[in-house]
Amino acid sequence: MIEFVDIALLVLLGITAFSIIRQKNLFAAVMMVGIYSLLSAGLFVVMDAVDVAFTEAAVGAGISTVLMLGTLALVGHSEHQPQHRPILPLFVVILTGAVLVYGTLDIPPFGDASNPAHHHVAPHYLEESEHEIGVPNVVTSVLASYRGYDTMGETTVIFAALVGVLLLLSLGPRPRRVFLNGRWITVAASEKDASKEGVRDVQEDSVQVSHEEEDSGDTNG
Amino acid sequence: MDDRVILRVGAKILIPFILLFALYVQFHGDYGPGGGFQAGVIFAAGFVLYALIYGLGNVKKVLPPRAVYVCSALGVLLYAGVGYVTMALGGNFLDYGVLAHDPEHGQHYGILLVELGVLITVFGVMVAVFYAFAGRRRVDT
Repeated sequence: MIEFVDIALLVLLGITAFSIIRQKNLFAAVMMVGIYSLLSAGLFVVMDAVDVAFTEAAVGAGISTVLMLGTLALVGHSEHQPQHRPILPLFVVILTGAVLVYGTLDIPPFGDASNPAHHHVAPHYLEESEHEIGVPNVVTSVLASYRGYDTMGETTVIFAALVGVLLLLSLGPRPRRVFLNGRWITVAASEKDASKEGVRDVQEDSVQVSHEEEDSGDTNG
Repeated sequence: MDDRVILRVGAKILIPFILLFALYVQFHGDYGPGGGFQAGVIFAAGFVLYALIYGLGNVKKVLPPRAVYVCSALGVLLYAGVGYVTMALGGNFLDYGVLAHDPEHGQHYGILLVELGVLITVFGVMVAVFYAFAGRRRVDT
């Protein structure tokens, strides 16, 4: 029965992946990515990793779909015609895929009790968690107590990601079709005065900056 | 958006349950699947839904951007703060056993606080990133 569910989910996953590749409408592609995440979450449930499945469903299928849609509202719904031949990317992708498949040959069998992962600290966590931590869900006790230091790092990474996103977006909208080096220098300089005012003002400042830049950058375009 | 009655009423009914479910996921994380990360995302999803239906201006009245930024830093501060408190009480960094007389209770308090920190940061970051994307005007060329 489990095999049937596995096969069904993997087939659906494959179909979704191919339709994402074939899809020219980015709006539909984003929806497909959400479905892909939901199917992955289903696979995690079948593998008894419910905490991971929960995260995948909430983050992958939920929030990132909304963020991608927000991005599409800014950049438009249709894919541009690619300006390069697909041969080289296809070659790189096939090579990488082959290397990854080759890598899986060394992986110990799924769910085998003699796997290295089940012999280091995992038995201690599973056997002693009840007495040492007293929390029924071992995932929580590993995440928050045994590996609390790692989780603090993860939380800090999430915070750092926000700082990165705010910095990037505070540079303001950039005119499309233009990729000039000179543009970046001026925008980065304006960021220093604007950061005191808050995000809203930063956007307006840099809009003006990028328009001024447009005039000066015409020589290259 | 005034004409979408079903969406408006439906969202109004759903949002309290989404927020409540996030809190359930948070505090039931000790016993079942769930925890700060998932709860933070679900809590943020409630506000994102509100923003999608009622507009960004209205949700910013409920939850100003400044509060969201404070949240995202506050969670990390709370997490690291628990670590320093355990150090001050004579244990190692993030060694929750010293937080109470019974080490097992200490572990409970520690995990609760730390997961709360994760919830606050994840919630703040998700809503802040959403604000940042949704608040940008489209560039038409």
